[in-house]
Amino acid sequence: MTIPARVGSILRFEWLGATPTVRLILAPVMIAVFIAYYATILWTLAISFTSSSLLPQYDFVGVAQYTRLFGFLRWKVAFTNMFVFGIAFIFLTLIIGTILAIAIDSRVHAESAFRTVMLYPLSLSFIVVGLVWQWILDPGLGLQAAVRDLGFDSFTFDWIARRDRVVYTLVIAAIWHSSGLIMAIMLAGLRGIDREIWRAAKVEGIPTRRIYISIVLPMLRPMILTCVTLLAVAVVKNYELVVAMTRGGPGNSSDMPSRFVVENLFERSNIGLGSAAAVVMLVSILAALAPYLYLELRKRA
Amino acid sequence: MSFSQVSGEQKTGVDIGRIGLYAFLVIAALYFVLPLAIMVSTSLKPMEEITSGSIFKLPSAPTFYAWQKAWSSACTGQNCTGIRVGFWNSVRILLPSLFTSVLLGAIVGFALAQWRVRGAGLLMGMLLLGAFIPMQVILYPLVKIFAFIGLYNTLPGIWVVHTIYGLPIMALIFRNFFAGLPEELIKAARIDGAGFFRIFFQIMLPMSRNVLIVALVLQGTGIWSDYLLGLIIGGAENQPMTVQLNNIVNSQFGEVEYNVNMAATLLTALPPLILYFASGRYFVSGITAGAVKG
Repeated sequence: MTIPARVGSILRFEWLGATPTVRLILAPVMIAVFIAYYATILWTLAISFTSSSLLPQYDFVGVAQYTRLFGFLRWKVAFTNMFVFGIAFIFLTLIIGTILAIAIDSRVHAESAFRTVMLYPLSLSFIVVGLVWQWILDPGLGLQAAVRDLGFDSFTFDWIARRDRVVYTLVIAAIWHSSGLIMAIMLAGLRGIDREIWRAAKVEGIPTRRIYISIVLPMLRPMILTCVTLLAVAVVKNYELVVAMTRGGPGNSSDMPSRFVVENLFERSNIGLGSAAAVVMLVSILAALAPYLYLELRKRA
Repeated sequence: MSFSQVSGEQKTGVDIGRIGLYAFLVIAALYFVLPLAIMVSTSLKPMEEITSGSIFKLPSAPTFYAWQKAWSSACTGQNCTGIRVGFWNSVRILLPSLFTSVLLGAIVGFALAQWRVRGAGLLMGMLLLGAFIPMQVILYPLVKIFAFIGLYNTLPGIWVVHTIYGLPIMALIFRNFFAGLPEELIKAARIDGAGFFRIFFQIMLPMSRNVLIVALVLQGTGIWSDYLLGLIIGGAENQPMTVQLNNIVNSQFGEVEYNVNMAATLLTALPPLILYFASGRYFVSGITAGAVKG
């Protein structure tokens, strides 16, 4: 096929592609998406700059709601929790998921059985995950009681009832839910590595552990970035897990921004304040996406 | 790709490294399985056995009392109608919204795959970004809009919400699939005079069995797991199983019946689990397709 003919066919294809039917389908979708996602965000943003409490009231008060928000002890706890939970969860899930992927990739028997077991929590609702771990970690009912029952009378694991530790119990449950996902992504990455690289490294006599740390994992940097981005987004969105597992308690010690927003919008009639908190969540998501988007755009440019 | 595969060596006899590897994997597997196994075992015990014994002990005389009670007479506040109410609500929410969101996702994905001009990239980007936006930033205005058009607190309202907010991931999966098909296929059909919908329904859909299953499983488990949208948009009459479950467990008075609560939790977990075990690799390619590309 000559080049002009090819260009011609591509051009015609493009022109044909944008048939009236395609436009007719995509136009309403575009409008619906714009309203459902973007107009609503702008609306929330607008409310966050007003004094609205029970009903929206469109008087501009500047950043008063944001100042108020960061003056609330409850919000400060929730916002700090997001970072404590997030750092521990992302770091541990990434390490555990990667180690699981490497273990599964080491040509083990019953590979698919192991994979199946590691992935099933992903199909469960966070409400279910939260309730399961609420009981497992309940000092009087779960793990602590069971170990004491075995004769270790002084064994104590009551983090879920302690204000200073309860956030880490959320981490335990969230790792249980998500490390299978990281395993699956990293396993796909490991399987995509050229065999020649392994062979060459082996010929050089480099120990396996060093091959992973110095050669293979650095090659999987894009996958690791994807994992971190996904986990970071999950951290900001984390809502059902807290609602089911601790209800933000004891006290408000395990509250999260997501829960703070829903409560203020729909239970406490603090619409302006809740909207400001929601905008802070959105900014957090954008911050979590920023490294990924930056690299994607630079790749295209 | 593994090292033993590459070096081609299969050591004879006992290899300490391999034993360590399997020990690690078995411990990991226990971490994943035990919580659910404990739930099942505890849900089969009567309350006296739960309060007197350890969660690691198997039930001495398994009974389905707790499962029966959870299904047909567990209480949400004063209302003791069992979790079956939430189950049927979830089914009523799931079936129509699953159908519309997968169908719309497939049509939009196909349209996006064909429309290779600048606007398509922009729309795709807008859609994709949407998948990351937390619902908290959208919810209040959405309630206002839905109240205005009469969809707030209705079943169709929750169908529409699931369809719109599931669209990014559905359209993405189908776009990637259709964009990978040879162009000649569509061109030939066009020359024969077939229009968009004829090509879509008669040529494209029959070829999309696998991607359809992936989309159904992914969106099906997603809709079943939803809590927030059901809580806020669906209204008290249409509360999904997750919302009712949380109400049963977390707003209880008097003595807590752990076995009933656990049975109710397992009943809620069962449909996605069945879907997961029945569809294994489709589920995995669904979450990783959404993940890796998203």
